[in-house]
Amino acid sequence: MSRIAETMARDHAACDERFGDAEAAAAAGDLPRAGEALAAFAAALERHLGVEEDALFPAFERRTGMADGPTEMMRIEHGEMRELVRSLGAALDAGDAAEFLGLADTLNVLMQQHNLKEEQVLYALLDEALGDEADALLAALVSK
Amino acid sequence: MMRPAGLALERAPPIAVPLRFFLTAPVFLLAAGVVLVWNGPEALASRAAPAALAATHFVTLGFMTMVMAGAMLQMLPVLAGAPVPQVATAAALIHAGLTVGTAALGGGFLLGRPLLLKVAAWVLGATVLVLVLAAAAALARAAVRNATTRGMSLGVAGLVVTVALGLVLAATYAWGVPLANLAARALHPAWGLLGWAGLLVAAVAFQVVPMFQMTPRYPDAMTRWFTAAAFGVLIAWSLAAWYAAASPVELVLGLALAVGYGAFAGTTLVLQRRRRRRVRDATTAFWQLGMACAAAACAGWAVRLVVPGELAALEVAIGVLALAGFAVSVIDGMLYKIVPFLAWFHLQAEVGAKRAPHMKKILGDRPQLVHLAVHAAAVALLVIAVAWPEPLARIAGLALALAALILFRNLIVAARRHRADAGQGSDPGLPAAHRRAS
Repeated sequence: MSRIAETMARDHAACDERFGDAEAAAAAGDLPRAGEALAAFAAALERHLGVEEDALFPAFERRTGMADGPTEMMRIEHGEMRELVRSLGAALDAGDAAEFLGLADTLNVLMQQHNLKEEQVLYALLDEALGDEADALLAALVSK
Repeated sequence: MMRPAGLALERAPPIAVPLRFFLTAPVFLLAAGVVLVWNGPEALASRAAPAALAATHFVTLGFMTMVMAGAMLQMLPVLAGAPVPQVATAAALIHAGLTVGTAALGGGFLLGRPLLLKVAAWVLGATVLVLVLAAAAALARAAVRNATTRGMSLGVAGLVVTVALGLVLAATYAWGVPLANLAARALHPAWGLLGWAGLLVAAVAFQVVPMFQMTPRYPDAMTRWFTAAAFGVLIAWSLAAWYAAASPVELVLGLALAVGYGAFAGTTLVLQRRRRRRVRDATTAFWQLGMACAAAACAGWAVRLVVPGELAALEVAIGVLALAGFAVSVIDGMLYKIVPFLAWFHLQAEVGAKRAPHMKKILGDRPQLVHLAVHAAAVALLVIAVAWPEPLARIAGLALALAALILFRNLIVAARRHRADAGQGSDPGLPAAHRRAS
């Protein structure tokens, strides 16, 4: 059973697409378009993090009794991502494309090593623990 | 099955664990360059020349294995979801053993001292044993099995075979034991490059290239079967080379390996051309150079398999393309993501994400691109020097040494940035993530 792993990994890729749009626009010097793409990315990211933090993680913690295990570490990294997304917005407001690209590169590495941990380890554990209620938990992603 | 005790996504080892490997590696690359400058054309005359053997092992053990061991100790706990037991002690032992063993091995070749080769054989044998036990202990407790940990396991198995074959050769050089089988001379480098380095790079690339460079995914058949199939064919080819040298079976299996690894390198190049991230990036360029050299080395090896007789120059050219061209380039590219990220990661845990300088402030694009240019020139000079050793061998060595110095300088800049900022900026009011800092 790999419903959660597949759905969430696909959503990572969808978030990456929007992130790539924002970065490409900034690299091309088109800051207004970078701003629009950043907003779309931030919304997609929030929706993804929300499904994890509001549905998947609490259900996993209830089932397994592990409240400060891997899910807690993922939440901390989510916080770091949000901080970088805010800094990206601030760099755009300041019209500083170089700052934006440096922050974007950092966010990309943080995000991808985080996704790697989720896709390679955590989602498999979520599927194992929550397989029977996967559809209900993923509802917020699927029915958009 | 779930084993809560082994679940350790958070347990990345302290930054000193991988950094000591990463900062030692350029010193051995520098040593390889110095050997080329010192010995000149003789070092490129044949792959069995003492200077060539010394330079080769400075690169393969002192640089490649050094970085790959450090990165594995860092990544294994994360990707297997299980910690390496006693990771600080294991790292100290492996690092010291690789450093001492490689220096003794290179010195033994250069000075013609069997005693140094004996020391190297014992130390490197024991070191690899520690590395294998550490990796096996983590993998045995892995929370889940996945493609990356499977690929890593096969890569480590490749390292074991490489070292076993190396010890067979060392018995001849150092103790005067008659060589059991001439095939060992060909199998040892093949297992080091295709087994250890090739499988580990492939296992990592299948995950890292699509995610970090935003390329399309590798074909499913390749990610599913490549590492296992390559490992199986490598074993079959080795048996053929050992028991049926120069047979059609050996030729066909050898060609299958050349085609298979060439296809992996070619696929990576095609995917990278279709990447979504279009920003200029030294890491991507290092990987493109590395994969192009890997494809060229595979083509050269296929020619070597088909054409009989002495082809010393072609063999040296294949080695140069595979080592300096492929392995060093790919590792350089990885280091430029890993080291600045580790520095940023530990910094932001200390001072908060808002106050930590981003990765490009920790190490800018320009010094990375300068290194890329010098390294690419060194690879090109080395390849041309095989055909035109006088005067190019020494110039190529100089370029390789310069590239090593620039890498060393860049990594030091990133590593010191982490310490300088962390030292002055501790802010007690800042985030919970602090407890994760090491």
